[in-house]
Amino acid sequence: MKMIKLKINDMPIEVQEGTKIHDAAKKLKIKIPTLCYHPDLSIAGNCRICVVELKGSRTLVTSCSMPAAEGMEVYTNTLKVRKARKDVIELLLAEHNMDCTKCYKNCNCELQSIAKEYISDTDRFLDVSIKKPIDKSSPSFQKDDSKCIKCQRCVRTCTELQHVGCYSMAHKGDHVDVETFMDLPLNEVVCTNCGQCINRCPTGALMEKNSIEETWAALADPDKFVVVQTAPAVRIALGESLGFEPGARVTGQMVTALKRMGFNAVFDTNFAADLTIMEEGFELLGRLKKALLEKKPTVLPMMTSCSPGWIKYIEHEFPNLLDNLSTCKSPQQMFGVIAKTYYAKKMKIDPAKMIVVSVMPCTAKKFEADRPEMNASGYKDVDYVITTRELALMIQQAGIDFPALEESKCDSILGDYTGAAIIFGATGGVMEAALRTAYEVVTGREVPFKNLEILPVRGMEGIKQASIKIEGCLPEWKFLEGVELKVAIAHGLTNARTLMKLVEKGEAPYHFIEIMACPGGCLGGGGQPIPTNLEIREKRMAAIYAEDRSLPMRKSHENPEVQELYKEFLGTPNGHLAHELLHTHYTKREKY
Amino acid sequence: MISDKLKKYTKKIDIIFLDTDCNAILDKGLKMSADDVIKEITDSGLKGRGGAGFPTGLKWKFASQQKENPKYVVCNADEGEPGTFKDREILEKQACKVFVGMAICAHTIGANEGFIYLRGEYNYLLPQLNKELDKFNSDLKKRKLDFSISIRSGSGAYICGEETSLIESMEGKRGEPRNKPPFPVVEGYLNKPTVVNNVETFVYTAMIIQNGSKSFNELGTKDSRGAKVFSVSGDTAYAGIYELELGMTLEEFVDLFGDADTKAVQVGGASGFCVPRRKFKETIIGFEGVPTGGSMMLFNSSRSMYNVLHNFLEFFAEESCGQCTPCRVGCQQLLKGIEAVKSKKLLPKYLDDLKNMSETMRNSSKCGLGQSVPNCFSSILDNFKEEVIY
Repeated sequence: MKMIKLKINDMPIEVQEGTKIHDAAKKLKIKIPTLCYHPDLSIAGNCRICVVELKGSRTLVTSCSMPAAEGMEVYTNTLKVRKARKDVIELLLAEHNMDCTKCYKNCNCELQSIAKEYISDTDRFLDVSIKKPIDKSSPSFQKDDSKCIKCQRCVRTCTELQHVGCYSMAHKGDHVDVETFMDLPLNEVVCTNCGQCINRCPTGALMEKNSIEETWAALADPDKFVVVQTAPAVRIALGESLGFEPGARVTGQMVTALKRMGFNAVFDTNFAADLTIMEEGFELLGRLKKALLEKKPTVLPMMTSCSPGWIKYIEHEFPNLLDNLSTCKSPQQMFGVIAKTYYAKKMKIDPAKMIVVSVMPCTAKKFEADRPEMNASGYKDVDYVITTRELALMIQQAGIDFPALEESKCDSILGDYTGAAIIFGATGGVMEAALRTAYEVVTGREVPFKNLEILPVRGMEGIKQASIKIEGCLPEWKFLEGVELKVAIAHGLTNARTLMKLVEKGEAPYHFIEIMACPGGCLGGGGQPIPTNLEIREKRMAAIYAEDRSLPMRKSHENPEVQELYKEFLGTPNGHLAHELLHTHYTKREKY
Repeated sequence: MISDKLKKYTKKIDIIFLDTDCNAILDKGLKMSADDVIKEITDSGLKGRGGAGFPTGLKWKFASQQKENPKYVVCNADEGEPGTFKDREILEKQACKVFVGMAICAHTIGANEGFIYLRGEYNYLLPQLNKELDKFNSDLKKRKLDFSISIRSGSGAYICGEETSLIESMEGKRGEPRNKPPFPVVEGYLNKPTVVNNVETFVYTAMIIQNGSKSFNELGTKDSRGAKVFSVSGDTAYAGIYELELGMTLEEFVDLFGDADTKAVQVGGASGFCVPRRKFKETIIGFEGVPTGGSMMLFNSSRSMYNVLHNFLEFFAEESCGQCTPCRVGCQQLLKGIEAVKSKKLLPKYLDDLKNMSETMRNSSKCGLGQSVPNCFSSILDNFKEEVIY
């Protein structure tokens, strides 16, 4: 790689060819402010905040887009630069809805911070803000154009990371706007509710629909028995909103906080993740049996169904592949239905008076909970879904000194979990958990990987493939002897799409595919603390695998509470009652 | 009726609209080596006739040096600058010369495909143009030349005259300027090396090949060689299209075209500069003075320069692509700002704040559109402040 020598603020620096001025400056510990720039996305260069002076250039240049060149002399903090930045900020404020104190993103807004930094005069220019009704049609989030700064991060997120393309820029000049197809409401377009746009929106233009007040109201209602479940990826990110560094594991404090908030029972979605592995693992083995032993037509590869963003995506984009999806409900929904049936019965609680709240790293889970088919208990299986961000706010509202909390454990009987469940939060985790169980069911032995860690399915690579040769099968599974079980994993819907194109063409030689809608899996979910970037997601991932290693049980089928559930209530995995309560069906959707 | 004086003057130059043997030019051009073509065009001193004035020979040289393939030649016929209508006339009357210029360019840089990006409002030219193009393409085929030209229609956005927006639009995307670098000669259409030149530029390249660089270079001034087609409009009895030698002063120009009451000339359209009468004498039309893509609008004393400015700003507020902050919001601020001062909602000194802000539009906007909006604003404000305020 060719190296380039340049000077920034008279300090010499050498960078690789192609490095942008913004990144070169970072190496010199110079922070150039940005708004449209996001490390996960392509370069837009449209906000013009990051302008710098380049010797010999008639105009200022945007440091995010300008590649370093030999001999360049760049100045990042001249009078001219500061004036331009201040003007740009104040122009943005002139078209911005300035009701900051009423905004959910107040004090967590990139425009606000930068305006504060530059001591911006909000009255210098004429108000040219637009008045447009807030789109509240989506069950997951809302879009308020009056707060949009047209940075196009959402547009790029939706097209580049997710290949959904729900947004595009519409109109021009003073009428330019981020719009959906034909400006239809968000609940009528191809939006998957994944919330990745929210994670990258610098202002409050895109934010989740919160269920904070509903949850407090339920907790305050003496007639209600309120149970809470927390998804695996919440505990390794929640800390970021409450004073911890990314990658902090705050499971114990989180449980204590939930108990203090007044939940009648604090459970864990991990319990349901272990249950999912039982159902999904046996579903896979069933499909393999049908294909290999009974030689009957069977739809393979089987694909995971835990990620509701992914589910809505495939319903829109690949409706012909819906039969490939596992019929298993997601852990969130399995938990809801088990709480309102098995648990309610056992504890003699009227399920009509039970409220199930889930804390999720995800905005699509709000949509999933609202799906009309999610009422196998006879009631809405999950009543309220709050995101990691919402939980953090509630903890603050409750006046809980989170970092100082002692740790505690989840309640019984839906609170026990294994390491296999916790890794659901990372891309490849469901696959690894399924393999740990399925391999052992078939061979009676543990998966042949050191410490049960199936490294080929781990990591941030967009699409991963792996295979395990099955040898030494138990008599019942002899038909699998010598079979090389092939699996693939994708995260981010753009990668999912690449894989689905192969499946459509019949060029995907896999038995089992795991898809997560969000980059990195649930740990990078649309409900997680903001900001997000690869470095933060990698730290969360490391925390997830550390959490797995720290647990005494690492395989879903070892979960004693799950074993008891089958013994006392469900019967066998994929049995009749299990099917009724834990499995679902999908809906073909149009693209427009 | 054209005055004798004007007739005499315009007779001097007849390059663009002179009927010539296109085949002969093509023969000559194709026989020349790429280096020879580049040398000839460079020596002529020809600069891009769309308005920005980038040296054409240099542009072709950069494109010819690119290793990446395929390469493309694009003719920018998205003539959208207010007050410009010369490309339409050229395409109507001398389309073949445009094609020849493009073919020679393709030969020079090594391109196999050419496009004419035609302004949406000019779609009525399509039947005639396509007919001529079919003939030209089949002639090229007979010559066993691996090059053909087709037409892409714009949809009416001013911004698509900016070359990178034009390329985005050709790729089927929203017409928005790209970050530069990379420039189109390195990464243009489909991210391949692309030469984008104005209609008139291609005709001049063809004529330079025919007549040699010297005859072109002898015309004009040091920084503005050759001749140029002007679109003359406004308060004049001689509105129309004229090919004139570059380097004349506005005084000479107004002497030819004015109505004896000309108080200002807007040179270069809405994105250009307003020159008041007292500066006619010292102002050269060309790159050393005020450059123009051809638009020359004359205003006499019956015109309110506030209305002129308001009209331009309304145009920019609507035609900014809306992508970058200084241009999108800046245009609206300038427009609303002069309205507020005119209606006495704000004090006249607010105009100074606007002018101050417009410097940021000039130095921080992403493309030439936002960068040039302050031209009309400042030049009208500086010279006709009373009219803008009262």
